[in-house]
Amino acid sequence: MVARARSMIPTLLKTHETMVLTSWMKSQVTAGSLRSGQMKEDELKDQSERFLREFVHALESGETNDISGATWSSVRDLLAEVSRSRAAQGFSPSQTATFVFSLKEPVFTLLRDEIKDDAAKLAEEMWTATTLVDKLGLYTTEVYQLRRDDIIKRQAQELLELSTPVVQLWDKILALPLIGTLDSERTQTVMENLLNSIVHSGAEIAIIDITGVPTVDTLVAQHLIKTVSAARLMGADCIISGIRPQIAQTIVHLGLQLDVISKATMADAFALALRRTGQVVNRAQTKPT
Amino acid sequence: MEQIPILKVGRCLLVSIQIDMHDKLAMALQDDLTQKLVETRARGVLIDISALDLVDSFIGRMLSNIAAMARVLDAQTVVVGMRPQVAITLVELGLTLPGIQTALDVDRGLALISKLMDEPEGDRGARGAH
Repeated sequence: MVARARSMIPTLLKTHETMVLTSWMKSQVTAGSLRSGQMKEDELKDQSERFLREFVHALESGETNDISGATWSSVRDLLAEVSRSRAAQGFSPSQTATFVFSLKEPVFTLLRDEIKDDAAKLAEEMWTATTLVDKLGLYTTEVYQLRRDDIIKRQAQELLELSTPVVQLWDKILALPLIGTLDSERTQTVMENLLNSIVHSGAEIAIIDITGVPTVDTLVAQHLIKTVSAARLMGADCIISGIRPQIAQTIVHLGLQLDVISKATMADAFALALRRTGQVVNRAQTKPT
Repeated sequence: MEQIPILKVGRCLLVSIQIDMHDKLAMALQDDLTQKLVETRARGVLIDISALDLVDSFIGRMLSNIAAMARVLDAQTVVVGMRPQVAITLVELGLTLPGIQTALDVDRGLALISKLMDEPEGDRGARGAH
């Protein structure tokens, strides 16, 4: 319905570019885009200018309904860039969307001033403008959301890697301090890390310390047993340490069979590991026994 | 037909599996191995699977069988060189190979076998810490 009569918006925008830009900038500033100080006015102005230019350019093609086409690709790219950088700078979604939505006011003012006498024409152009800006605004929000999702995914990945370190304690002895709840995915990572470290370091004993594991239920126990079994298949023995009193009680109440050597503290486990591997640590100036 | 070589090293037999196992080959290996065990009166069997990157339930059972047969013939079985991915797969399959001793590499496997052979008779076969 809109594309039938060629829209006047691009021509109007082109002739009044400076005015629109100034009033758009003003409404953006009052909307608080700069308030939090994450962004300089020059940058905002540059972005706005570029957007307006691309916007007019895309409008001139006459395609005003569908912004997913090739004509709108440069506008989309620019918006994607803007919302990505804003997501990274810590803007809120509404602040990011305001960048586009605040364009409505100057455009509407312009239309009202220019097409005063033809109400039907005015309504039609208004409609064109508002649907377009809405679509672009929604697109901005979408990109923003995607970017945030990326950030969250990356953080989850980092957390996963950070939380499963394998430490070489001594010759042939590894320690695996577990922190946080064990789910299937983490168990997989833990297992892979542990087994690869066993191969690299030629360890014979791995101490799995569960001091940082908040609860041990049947599932966690199952995962622990899997890890221990896998290590045993590689020829390394496991010792589980750091079982807190409550957890010991839970294990018994649940009737879990851990079937592994367990020690209350890491120190006990380490002492046992040293004994098993035939190593002795002595105090200085004491005769070795 | 391809055959898996069985080498005698000291008092034990070294079996290095380097090709994909199938039923016939596994049966032949069990035959050969028991034969050799009786012939050489070896006291230990070392199975090296470091070249295998795929171990399924079939090979898992074959390993268990070999260990059980060797135990009957008074020999200790140690499986060495399992890859991390293989270990994870076996555990996910629920095959933890109880009754089989394991070691990281051939070197440690030999050390483990000689330690097991030196243990008094009564302790034989009991799975436990080494």
